[in-house]
Amino acid sequence: MSSFDWGIIWREAPFLAHGMALSALLVVVATAGGLVLGVVLALMRQSSRSWLSVPAAGYVTVMRSLPLVLVLFWFYFLVPLALGRPVGALASALVAFVLFEAAFYCEIIRAGIASVRAGQTQAALATGMRQSQVFRLIVGPQALRAMVPLLLNQIIIVFQDTSLVYVVALRDFMTSASIVADRDGRPTEMYTIVAIVYFVICFSASKAVEIYQRVPAR
Amino acid sequence: MNYRWNWEILLQEPYWSWIWSGLEWTLLISLSSWCVALVVGTLFGIARTASNRAVRAAADIYVGLFRNVPPLVQLFLWYSVFPEVLPEALGLWVKRDMPSPQFVTAAVAIGLFMAARVAEQVRAGIGAVGLRLLPAALATGLRPWQAYRLILLPLGLRAITKPLTSEFLITVKMSSIALTIGVLELTAESRHIENYTFQGFEAFGVATLIYLLLGLGVTGVMSLVDRYFGGDKLRRGDR
Repeated sequence: MSSFDWGIIWREAPFLAHGMALSALLVVVATAGGLVLGVVLALMRQSSRSWLSVPAAGYVTVMRSLPLVLVLFWFYFLVPLALGRPVGALASALVAFVLFEAAFYCEIIRAGIASVRAGQTQAALATGMRQSQVFRLIVGPQALRAMVPLLLNQIIIVFQDTSLVYVVALRDFMTSASIVADRDGRPTEMYTIVAIVYFVICFSASKAVEIYQRVPAR
Repeated sequence: MNYRWNWEILLQEPYWSWIWSGLEWTLLISLSSWCVALVVGTLFGIARTASNRAVRAAADIYVGLFRNVPPLVQLFLWYSVFPEVLPEALGLWVKRDMPSPQFVTAAVAIGLFMAARVAEQVRAGIGAVGLRLLPAALATGLRPWQAYRLILLPLGLRAITKPLTSEFLITVKMSSIALTIGVLELTAESRHIENYTFQGFEAFGVATLIYLLLGLGVTGVMSLVDRYFGGDKLRRGDR
């Protein structure tokens, strides 16, 4: 076995940084899009009209039962078919991430709203507030406070999930490293640095969330 | 969008056998990594409640390491890097000569990742129902390991059958990453069929359906387990 060549990490740093930029793009789009769609789904699930709540509940259940890899394959196949032209792996992966993560964001938002006790709503209504005011002034802020740590943790999970775009050959951080590893026969060096980078980012992020949670609410 | 539906293709050979063998691999990986996750996760979960600070720190490091590296990266570490850092003969055996190296690697890698998650649940379970019983158990003359085996674990594990069900479901979904090292499990086989026939709706549709059924199956089995051991009664508090 040849000795290790750690210099390869510095030589390939620009390529890896490029990959990390794509990972970051996926996280940002999946979170922004997933949150918007997640709010819509959560509101639909809260609705008393079953033609709104049943499809939303079904969507969330199905998405949460499927492996992300299968969802990536689905949209890699579906998006070009729906548009009638090839769109490339990035567009279909972005669609897949938004639609997949929306189901998870929906559940977090729902849990946040559910954590505000019903008495709060009743009391607010009794003071003469309208339904929309109750949500905006009473339930919303409290729900938000409850869901922020969960949302931040979910973003960390999404960041880890982005490594799975490997299966559609998108060059995120993980896939870029794997390309170098295969080309130069240096899996040990490349996967070690990949693991270290992911660990440092995820570990410090989750520690930060823990610290945030310990800060008492004002 | 023009698409020619052809659901019958799934019943044709070789596609039917592909799906079937994909399902078998998915079940094999899920079950074996779930066993690894339960055993290792319970051990580390217990260790995280230990009074010995070194034991607790070691378990915390395990959970911290395995939860903060993406499972796909862990799989590649076990598959490509682990054999390289072993002594040469052993590394070669792990890579090539042990029975179905890809499957074993995937089962172990997914199992050890899930173990970190299970450890968190076990710790929470023991902490929630059992830890305050430890002094009482010790006062009756039980040794610490007896107290865990006879009192803390039975109560703690019953308290967490719901979260463990979710972890089992995550394990089944996680088994799909084994395709990256060449295990032809369900997701891989559906992709395989789509590549051969261009019948994506049918290929991914049947895989979707099977994952949904597996999810229902896992939930059903776990609630039977829960009922058998009386976890539901414990949580309702009618004992």
